[in-house]
Amino acid sequence: MSTARAERARRPPRLNWRIRLRRDKSLILMTVPAVVLLLAFNYLPLFGLATAFQDYDPLVGVWHSDWVGFDQFRQLFSDPLFWESMKNTLYLSFVQLILFFPVPVALALLLNSVLSERLRNFIQSVAYLPHFFSWVLTITVFQQMLGGAGALNQFLRQHNMGTWDIMTNPHTFALLVTSQAVWKEAGWGIIVFLAALAGINQELYEAAAVDGAGRFRRMWHITLPGMRGVVVLMLVLRLGNALSVGFEQFLIQRDAVGHDAADVLDTFSFYYGIATGNYSYGAAAGLFKSVISLLLIWGANRLAHAFGEDGLYRG
Amino acid sequence: MTNTLTIGRKARERSTTASVPRHRTRSARPPWQEPPTTVGQAAKGLTLGGMLAVVLVPLWIIVVTSFSTPGAINRAGGLVVWPDGLTTEAYREMLGDPTVSTSLLVSLAITGVGTAVSMVVSVLCAYGLSRPRSLGHRFVLVLLIITMFVSGGLIPTFLVVTGLGGYDQWWALILPGCVSVFNILILRSFYSETSAELIDAARMDGAGDWRILWSVVLPTSRAVTAVIALFYAVGYWNSFFNVMLYMPTDSQKWPLQYVLLTYVNRGVGLPGSINAGFGNTHAQTAPLSLQMAVVVLTLVPLLIVYPFVQKHFRTGVLTGAIKG
Repeated sequence: MSTARAERARRPPRLNWRIRLRRDKSLILMTVPAVVLLLAFNYLPLFGLATAFQDYDPLVGVWHSDWVGFDQFRQLFSDPLFWESMKNTLYLSFVQLILFFPVPVALALLLNSVLSERLRNFIQSVAYLPHFFSWVLTITVFQQMLGGAGALNQFLRQHNMGTWDIMTNPHTFALLVTSQAVWKEAGWGIIVFLAALAGINQELYEAAAVDGAGRFRRMWHITLPGMRGVVVLMLVLRLGNALSVGFEQFLIQRDAVGHDAADVLDTFSFYYGIATGNYSYGAAAGLFKSVISLLLIWGANRLAHAFGEDGLYRG
Repeated sequence: MTNTLTIGRKARERSTTASVPRHRTRSARPPWQEPPTTVGQAAKGLTLGGMLAVVLVPLWIIVVTSFSTPGAINRAGGLVVWPDGLTTEAYREMLGDPTVSTSLLVSLAITGVGTAVSMVVSVLCAYGLSRPRSLGHRFVLVLLIITMFVSGGLIPTFLVVTGLGGYDQWWALILPGCVSVFNILILRSFYSETSAELIDAARMDGAGDWRILWSVVLPTSRAVTAVIALFYAVGYWNSFFNVMLYMPTDSQKWPLQYVLLTYVNRGVGLPGSINAGFGNTHAQTAPLSLQMAVVVLTLVPLLIVYPFVQKHFRTGVLTGAIKG
C-alpha cells in the first residue's frame, strides 16, 4: 500500500487530452483487438436480442423480419415445457446450493488443519485436477463407474445383488448431477477458501489458545468469522448464477434421463430455439432468463450488503 | 476466477493490517496447539483419503482397462481394476483410426491457435489497461466489465456468428469465446503491481510501451501468464458445444471431445471408421479398451502440462494474490 501513496505523491498535473492521447496511443492500440472482439461477439448479440420481439426468419434476417411485440413471451408463458424447465432449473439449483456449497468450505477447513505441507500440496494437486476435465470426460467417467455397464453394476451383478442404474433414473437425477458437480468442482472451490484461511492472523489463534479456547471455540470465534466475507461472496455469486446450472452437463445427459428431468432454461433455448429453427422463441426464453439473472445478482448483492459484507460490488 | 481476484484484494488488505501470512513452512505443530485426538485424526484421514480415492480410483480403472488385453477384460467382466494382461493394442488401433487421429490433430490445432490468439489479445489488453491514469482506460474497463453481467445469450450469439458467415468455419470455434474478461482482469491486476520503479527506469532508457510489456512486465509475471494460458488452453481443449452449434455435420472436422461424446458417451459408431473397424475386421480388439484409450487420450495433454503449471497455481494465482 505504501507504493500507492508514493504514486499519489508524485502524481503529475492533469494533462491536456491531446498530449495524453499522444503519450498513451500504444496503450489504447493494445486494447483494440479485445474491444473489437467483444463488440462483435458480446455487444452485437445484445442487439440480436431484438429477435425475441420478432418472428425471426433466417432467410430475410433481423432487419426484415416481422415485429410481433410480446407474442413470443405470451406463447412462452403458456408453454408447459417452459415451466417444466423453469421448475427443473430452480430445483436443481436449490439442491446444488444445499449439497454442493458446504463441501469446499468443509474440505478447506480440513485441509488447512493438515500440518505437513507436502501432504497438503499433494492433496490439493489431486483435488484441483477434475476441474480441468471437460464435462464430456466427467460424465464418461461417471458412466463407466456408475452406469448400467459400469464398474459398480459390474460388481453388483457378479455378487448377485441386482443392478442399480443411476445414470438413467430421472428421479435421482438431481443427486446425480450434484455429485458430478461436487466431483468436478468442489476441489477447485477449495482454492478461494484456503486463500481466505491463509489471510487469518495466526497470532489470534495463539492468543485464543493461551486464553484457554479449545480447537472448536477457536474455529467458531476466529476461523469462521475470518472466512465470512469469502463465504458470503461465493453465496452471492452462486445465487446470481442460480438460473445457469451447468448447461453442457444437462445437454449431454438429456437423452439418457429424458427431457422432463433434464431440461433447464439453457437447454430449453437450445432445443426449442436452435434445434427446431424457432430462433425468436429461444431468444425470448434466453432474454427472460437474462433479466431474471440480473435481478438475482442485484438482489443477492443487496443481501450481502445487508449482512455488512462487500458482496460482488459496492454501490 | 474473479473470485480469486477479489479475495486476493481482500486478503491483501487484511494482511497489511495483520502482516502474517508469510511462508507457512511450519510443518511442526505450534507449541500452543493441543495434541490431536485419535478419533479426530482418523476421521480426517478417512475423509481426505476418501476424497483422493474418489478422484484417483476411476482414473486408475480407466487407464488399466485401456491397457488390458481382451482376455483380461473378459475375465473381469468389463472394467479391469487389477492389471491382468497388458497390451498397447488399443492405442495402436486408436492412432491408426482415421477419425480419432484426425480429431486429435484438430483438437491440438484448435487449442494451439486458440490459446495463442487469446493470450495475445488478453495480454495486450491487460497491459493497455494496467497503466494508471492512461487516456480512456476507465471507459474500456467499463466496456469489458459490462459483458460480465449482461450477454445476448445463446441464440443471438449464434445468429451473429452465422450471420458473419461462421457456419462450418474454423474461426467460429475460436473467436466468439476467445476473450475472457475474467482472465484479462486477473492479468491486469498483476501487471498493475509490476514495480513502477522498474517501468520508469525502462522508460528513462527509451523503451516504449511495447518494449516495456515484452521486456519488463511479461518476464516479471511469468507465473500468472502460465496459469492464464492453461485456463485458456483447457477451455479450448474441452469445448464441444461450439462444435455442436457450428460444425455438427462433418465428422472429419470434429475435435477429440466431440468424438469422445459421440463414440464413447453416446455409443454411436463413427462413419466408416472405428465402428466398422472393430465390428468387422479387427474383432479381436476389445471395444472397451479402445473406448478407454480415447478417454485417456483426452487426458494426456492435460496431465503433461499440469505438473508444470500447477506449481504456479500456488506461486501465481494463490500466494501471488495474497501476498500483495
